[in-house]
Amino acid sequence: MSLDIIVCVKQVMDPETPPSGFKIDQETKQVVQTTGSSPVLNGFDENAVEAALRIKDITPATITIVSVGKDFVMDVVKKPLAMGADNLVLLSDTHFETLDSFATATVLAAGIRKLGEPDLILCGRQASDWDNAQVPLGLAEFLGLTCVTVAQKVDTDGTSLTIEQVSSDGYQEIMTTLPALVTVSNEIGVPRYPTLRGIMAAGRKEPVIYSAADLNIDPESLSPKVVVTDLYVPESNHEVEIISGEDDADAGRKLALRMREEGLI
Amino acid sequence: MTDILVVGDTTNGKLGSATAELIRAAGNLVGDVGVGLAGSRLQEAVREASSMGAQTIYTMESHKLDDPSVYTKVTAFSQLCQQLEPRVILVSKNSHGLDFGPRLAFSLGAGLAQDCIRIGEDDDTGRVVATRPVYGGSAMATVTFSGDGPQVVVLREKSYEPASQDSLESGNLVQVEVNLGSSGDQVKSVRQVGSVAKGVRLEDAEFVVAGGRGLGGAEPFATLEELANLLGGAVGASRAACDAGWVNHNYQVGLTGRTISPNVYLTVGISGASQHMAGCSGSRNIIAINKDREANIFKEARFGVVGDWNAILPSFLETVRELV
Repeated sequence: MSLDIIVCVKQVMDPETPPSGFKIDQETKQVVQTTGSSPVLNGFDENAVEAALRIKDITPATITIVSVGKDFVMDVVKKPLAMGADNLVLLSDTHFETLDSFATATVLAAGIRKLGEPDLILCGRQASDWDNAQVPLGLAEFLGLTCVTVAQKVDTDGTSLTIEQVSSDGYQEIMTTLPALVTVSNEIGVPRYPTLRGIMAAGRKEPVIYSAADLNIDPESLSPKVVVTDLYVPESNHEVEIISGEDDADAGRKLALRMREEGLI
Repeated sequence: MTDILVVGDTTNGKLGSATAELIRAAGNLVGDVGVGLAGSRLQEAVREASSMGAQTIYTMESHKLDDPSVYTKVTAFSQLCQQLEPRVILVSKNSHGLDFGPRLAFSLGAGLAQDCIRIGEDDDTGRVVATRPVYGGSAMATVTFSGDGPQVVVLREKSYEPASQDSLESGNLVQVEVNLGSSGDQVKSVRQVGSVAKGVRLEDAEFVVAGGRGLGGAEPFATLEELANLLGGAVGASRAACDAGWVNHNYQVGLTGRTISPNVYLTVGISGASQHMAGCSGSRNIIAINKDREANIFKEARFGVVGDWNAILPSFLETVRELV
């Protein structure tokens, strides 16, 4: 018996982009990258892919990557394949461009239902663009699955799941049964690098693409519950007082004295 | 008639400060404010909520709701919301909050505004208008709701001052029965594994010194510990330092780590990426030691030293030792 694992991923703007590297399109209320750098796979989603691969390292499993959107960069969404995932399914439609969390979860649920009944769904804990941490919970609700969030370890024997859930001062060990949905955090560790062979194989693999019509989704049903009315870069007119000395050691001394003067120590 | 329902929390029978912040925030919206409380021994929390100006306090008394799992708590509040049909539901983004808000919203088929720092109301539509940081804090968004369903708003902790207890205690108390059924039974907590925190909790400390990528290894954190001990504070770290394994992840300050608001936040070798700043922007005085004058941290800091921490930190520590 082979486990059927789905990992949901999102293509996002590189979170390392400084404010000078993007502008805001007031028409669409969206952030547009201005520098040449390309989008990346959401970091926590890579952690989720890694969690799936660690299960596959020791248990027979098929890993299917699913993503919702419109303008996919193939190198980005194929990265999980290069890391070792098996299939890629893109839920792609002009109506899928600007979805709120509720609508995104609706589309993902429809796509996953079309694929069958997976044993395990893994998602990143949140996406680095809007940090909503909502879609996985909605997806679980729509599919009627138990959802455990912010995992640093996910183990399964094919029937039950053992999860280490990150807490503020350690972790909680949690048990539940399959099928289930788990969100994964960076505490799981650095995701593996794609191998050269993996990159070659991923390049040849064609994604399966489903449109709104393929999923029997009425675009009207995707109208947002939450709308963005303004998006802006906050102004900062803050001035720092730089403390300098004869050398670095002297500057350190002066910093302590200045802080003392201000009653900060 | 409760227009705005605050999802309350209690610690050892007392009202949590997150709830007091929500009651304050609810004052920016039009309508009667109710506070929902779940657990047992709620008398003290009821009195506190009432003295903070809540018009109605709804109690759901059950031992199953003492220190509940998020699943059980969502079931209870979902039933409360279905009975009351409030226009707005306010949730704090504490450890349950990040999970709790979306779970509650989806169970009600409601829209949710996540991680907001300011809320108000549109005079024309009567809907909530909220401000929230996005892209790790590099940009700000104003969001509102559409449709007629309930509006769930998650507020970032420490965005509002806690409401003070200066109202007449005239709130009504309403006991509500909820049917918890088997909620939460599908998930079993086996054990809690925690590092025993030494000294002051990071969130409670008035002085926090944190290290980042620039420290280059685990050893310098011993110096930070020494400094924190000297000043009765706590040590934090950036995500880069945690991911590198120099310190445990529970030191992490930032968007997905801990949120702190000390009087003094001293950073050493932290560039101040917006995701980090999201966890410390409530600090009253940020002090930065970094070798790169262009680092973002200097845009947020009150005092800064540009240079090599290897030379700066020992003389700083030495001077502090003489001063305290």
